Amino acid sequence: MTTALSVSKLFVSYNGNEALKDINFTIDEGKLVGIIGPNGAGKSTLLKVLLNLVNKDAGSVEILGKSIKEMKTRVAYVPQRSNIDWDFPITVMDTVLIGTYPKLGIFRRPKKEHKSLAMECLEKVGMTQFHNRQIGELSGGQQQRVFLARALAQKPDLYFLDEPFVGVDVTSEEMIVSILKELRNKGKTVVVVHHDLSKAKDYFNELILINKELIEHGIVEKVFQPEILNKAYTNQFTPIILEDVIL
Amino acid sequence: MMNFIDALMQYEFLQKALLTSMMVGIICGVIGCFIILRGMALMGDAISHAVLPGVALSYMLGINFFVGAVFTGILTAIGIGYISQNSRIKNDVSIGIMFTAAFASGIILITLMKSSTDLYHILFGNVLAVRPTEMWSTLFIGIFVLVSIFIFYKELLVSSFDSTMAAAYGLPTKLIHYFLMALLTLVTVASLQTVGIILVVAMLITPASTAYLLTDRLWVMIYLSAGIGVLSSILGLYFSYTYNLASGATIVLAATVLFILAFLFSPKQGLIWRTIKNAKKREMHSHSKTGLEE
Repeated sequence: MTTALSVSKLFVSYNGNEALKDINFTIDEGKLVGIIGPNGAGKSTLLKVLLNLVNKDAGSVEILGKSIKEMKTRVAYVPQRSNIDWDFPITVMDTVLIGTYPKLGIFRRPKKEHKSLAMECLEKVGMTQFHNRQIGELSGGQQQRVFLARALAQKPDLYFLDEPFVGVDVTSEEMIVSILKELRNKGKTVVVVHHDLSKAKDYFNELILINKELIEHGIVEKVFQPEILNKAYTNQFTPIILEDVIL
Repeated sequence: MMNFIDALMQYEFLQKALLTSMMVGIICGVIGCFIILRGMALMGDAISHAVLPGVALSYMLGINFFVGAVFTGILTAIGIGYISQNSRIKNDVSIGIMFTAAFASGIILITLMKSSTDLYHILFGNVLAVRPTEMWSTLFIGIFVLVSIFIFYKELLVSSFDSTMAAAYGLPTKLIHYFLMALLTLVTVASLQTVGIILVVAMLITPASTAYLLTDRLWVMIYLSAGIGVLSSILGLYFSYTYNLASGATIVLAATVLFILAFLFSPKQGLIWRTIKNAKKREMHSHSKTGLEE
């Protein structure tokens, strides 16, 4: 099996404070992986390193055996909903169309074929009838589906999603999960920063548990053990609550 | 009104003034859309002020004042970014520190030139005294700015809307920021004669904000904003000529009146329709409540 993502000896700091320490892991192609950990564990920082948006102090990140710079158009990113200006004058259709920009380059404009691709992607997330709406007029779940459609329009090999289920209704969450699983089944690699431990078991193949350091990485059953989770969450939950979550 | 049209037919200086201020309306309106969508209204104000020392230096050195203006404008933009990224000073404070410093230096430089009338015109504009060379340079800047925005429309859109994605797929977002700042200094210099340094920020943000209240599509917003900028210029120039008022002030107030109209009457965002809709909803609910009680 090919390695989709490999991170080795990664160190990152902000103003002298270590945010990530000696992180090492590899993810095979065709996996749906959750990055979990307590607040402030460096989950979003890790995602930003994988997208080459944060400078690392040391270590290397390879995507499909190549440097991130070479692969940046093969990766799609779904941002946290709180990072988007929902009053921006843009429609659902035009938002999805942005997904075609990376491959178009600077001088080419989206044409008919790109518009029909965007429409197909909207259909996959069940948002076709909203294509003319301004994005702020949608519910949280619908907004997240539109951004997933944008990622689909990029036709990438890897998907990175940052907290995609925050403020999202149950129907949308189920739809997003089933699309992510379908992508995985087609051999794509999907990495999701996720905070809700209760669902982690059903959603992912593998989990990467971090708290500044890598606590554990492996199949869900291996990571989802009380004593392992305790190592990461010691300051946030009492063990009793953790057991509730696991059971 | 007829007097104004007659005068327009008759006097070449008025024709030049009208053409120049219409061009300024267009370019300020277009670039202003990106300024307000990127949350850079304060930055627009700062850069327009920071142009002053550049203009003064160019006078002294006898070079084209676009060169000096772009130089001090960009220098200030870089200084603002450097301070806010390398200390705990917040961005708005950094803007305040740097642009007042640049502006103060500009005042001293102009005083050294011993020409206070020039200072007055640079600060407040005097479109009725616009010279042909200034009209032409406004035209060339206008064409350059519009062509740049046309070519990089996609990149400006995505980096304004979702800069994280833009950076992730490899767009040089910092370069785009400074490029926009450079365009902004050019637009400011082009607007010196018409509205002056102090009020140019109004031409950047007021027509764009009016357009923002009227549409949900960026390209429509850009056209509307340019149109509203032109309309403000024409109305402003009319009042300036007819009542002998400073052109910068009348143009800005015309833009403000158009903004207030959109604020009140915009079909989707306007205060009036919103109030009516809310009242209707409340009325509906109060009926259904009494219905339950019966």
